[in-house]
Amino acid sequence: MYKNFFRYLISAIFLLGFSVNSNADFKVGFVYVGPTGDHGWTFQHHEGRNAVEAAGIKTTFVESVPEGADAERVIRQLAQSGHDLIFTTSFGYMDPTNKVAKDFPNVKFEHATGYKREHSNVSTYSARFYEGRTLLGHIAGKMTKTNTIGYIASFPIPEVIRGINAMTLAAQKVNPNIKTKIVWVFTWYDPGKEAEAAQALIDQGADVIMQHTDSTAPVQTAEKAGVWSFGQASDMQRFAPKSILTSIIDDWAPYYVERAIAARDGKWNQQDTWHGLKEGMVAMGPYNSAMGADLVKEVEQLQKDLASGKVHSFTGPIYDQKGNILVAEGKVADDGMLAGMSVYVKGVEGDIPK
Amino acid sequence: MALYFFTPFIAILLTILGGGIIFYILGFNPIEALKFYFITPIANLYGFSELLLKATPLCLIAIGLSFCFKSNNWNIGAEGQLTFGAIVGGGVALLFYNQEGFYILPLVIIAGAIGGMIFALIPAILKTYFNTNEILVSLMLVYVSKLLLDYLVVGPWSNPEGFNFPETRQFSNSSRMPLLFEGLRIHAGIFLALAAVMLSWFILYKTYLGFQIKVSGLSLKTAKYAGFKGKTMILVVFMISGACAGLAGVGEITGPIGQLHRMVSPDYGFTAIIVAFLGRLNPFGIIFASLVVALTYLGAETAQIFLQIPKYTGQVFQGMILFFLLASDYLLFFKVKILNLKKNELRN
Repeated sequence: MYKNFFRYLISAIFLLGFSVNSNADFKVGFVYVGPTGDHGWTFQHHEGRNAVEAAGIKTTFVESVPEGADAERVIRQLAQSGHDLIFTTSFGYMDPTNKVAKDFPNVKFEHATGYKREHSNVSTYSARFYEGRTLLGHIAGKMTKTNTIGYIASFPIPEVIRGINAMTLAAQKVNPNIKTKIVWVFTWYDPGKEAEAAQALIDQGADVIMQHTDSTAPVQTAEKAGVWSFGQASDMQRFAPKSILTSIIDDWAPYYVERAIAARDGKWNQQDTWHGLKEGMVAMGPYNSAMGADLVKEVEQLQKDLASGKVHSFTGPIYDQKGNILVAEGKVADDGMLAGMSVYVKGVEGDIPK
Repeated sequence: MALYFFTPFIAILLTILGGGIIFYILGFNPIEALKFYFITPIANLYGFSELLLKATPLCLIAIGLSFCFKSNNWNIGAEGQLTFGAIVGGGVALLFYNQEGFYILPLVIIAGAIGGMIFALIPAILKTYFNTNEILVSLMLVYVSKLLLDYLVVGPWSNPEGFNFPETRQFSNSSRMPLLFEGLRIHAGIFLALAAVMLSWFILYKTYLGFQIKVSGLSLKTAKYAGFKGKTMILVVFMISGACAGLAGVGEITGPIGQLHRMVSPDYGFTAIIVAFLGRLNPFGIIFASLVVALTYLGAETAQIFLQIPKYTGQVFQGMILFFLLASDYLLFFKVKILNLKKNELRN
């Protein structure tokens, strides 16, 4: 009896603390997984935040929030301190975001790269990075002399495997002898490990390096070794001006501004967004003149075709490593298949870590 | 002696002062910044409960470490013992992922403690029988355990329905620490920490083992003359230390996290070293120290939310605390004297 009373009392005080949530001024909060100066993933989200700020909306961010027990507290604190819209910009925030969303029905939440929308105030968003990979594959296939492309991969999740496959398919189209070698580093951000992986791939004969990790170490290693490379997440040209052929740029700014304004004006709805080249969420950095004018023209055309939908990154026939057909001739892979992709296509070497 | 327990407070004061100066240089109002750092995070019940939640693993690990440090055994690998404890405890929890039962949580907790203990025994055995350096061995084992955890959550233990994301299934409710209050994350693990405090006080100050530990810490030679069994003691203190770290790991995964993934601990095992020394290796001092250090974590978050002060100041604060503590110890135990030595005196 007393125990229950005590519990209710505590809960009541606790809830009271939450209900003083002023809506006088609209504020947007951002939770980052890395430092704003990583020049990759988090850097781009931070650029997006700057755009929201430039649109006249107040913002706050917390950087380097571990994807463990701390995430929930940070998200909750943002919700509690009067933020009306909160972007949680890493996959590991999926469960904490949904948990906090349940307790703050008036706050809107946007979770990047996740798939759980357990409450009506949670949206998810991601970008079709694989469209950018298709362009990289086309360039890599044309530029390689050793027919070997080195790929530094983070975790064997569908998003990463999709990138590897899209790149390999595009490269094979222009150069049937292409082989993709992969090193799994099991981290999103570890310059030391990424550099080692890049060197290992170069030693194995790769003369084009690309990565699905966040630091600038791979492009810098490639620059030193005199092989080609691509920037990831942001325009990394200035870190390796000779080596970088182009960069895949994650441009979150238009989406963030649009969603922030929608939330401010009461027009925010739950949705699952997956934008690509067409909407500009995926953009390309400047093309290196070393590619030659013809190749640049080709790639620019392909970029237009991907954006307009004339060309799809995953057009059949697509075979897996054993030669089984994954997508029949003339068909394109649907979003469901893309979202759950967990096998390599033919031409990729090695096995997916299990 | 009174000064010995007083210097941690001086260190904290100096840290706050140093922090204020840093904030001032960064262009913030130091008073306001310090308020957001040390008061805002715990100004409401939720914040206070989060402080206790954060302090729990720090306190547990530091209690364990105090046994090692008091007896001159430098166990630097509590982070590894925590991780391995979480792996073993988490393994048991996963075994019962679709079952309910009152016996599951105790099993998980015991498994975690044993896991940490076994992992701590490796540097202890290598030290006692092969004369290796326990600092290096225990530190390197941290990476071993983290890589093992990486392997497990990516490979054999990964959630079959989790799209290959590096995490296991969610534990069943029977493997979760009971929450103390609805809506708050603080869980029964805090009682484990408090029990560890009581028990360690009893062992250290009321038993023969505690006496041995203290004597060995003060003078190894005396301990040898007294006929203490040095090897057994080394094994025992490492086991205690490992068990505590393992418990901390299990507390995290069965408490706020609820599954195994790669970020079980944001380096609690290393931060606890600061906690142990700030608490003067005294059980009750460690409670206080764990709260102070936990506050630096929370403060860094609120300071960034409200003032956009870089979050890394949290680590700067932790570093400053240790630095000022060591500095004031130095001044406490050594007398600074300017000597005017002649040449032949130098030779001696």
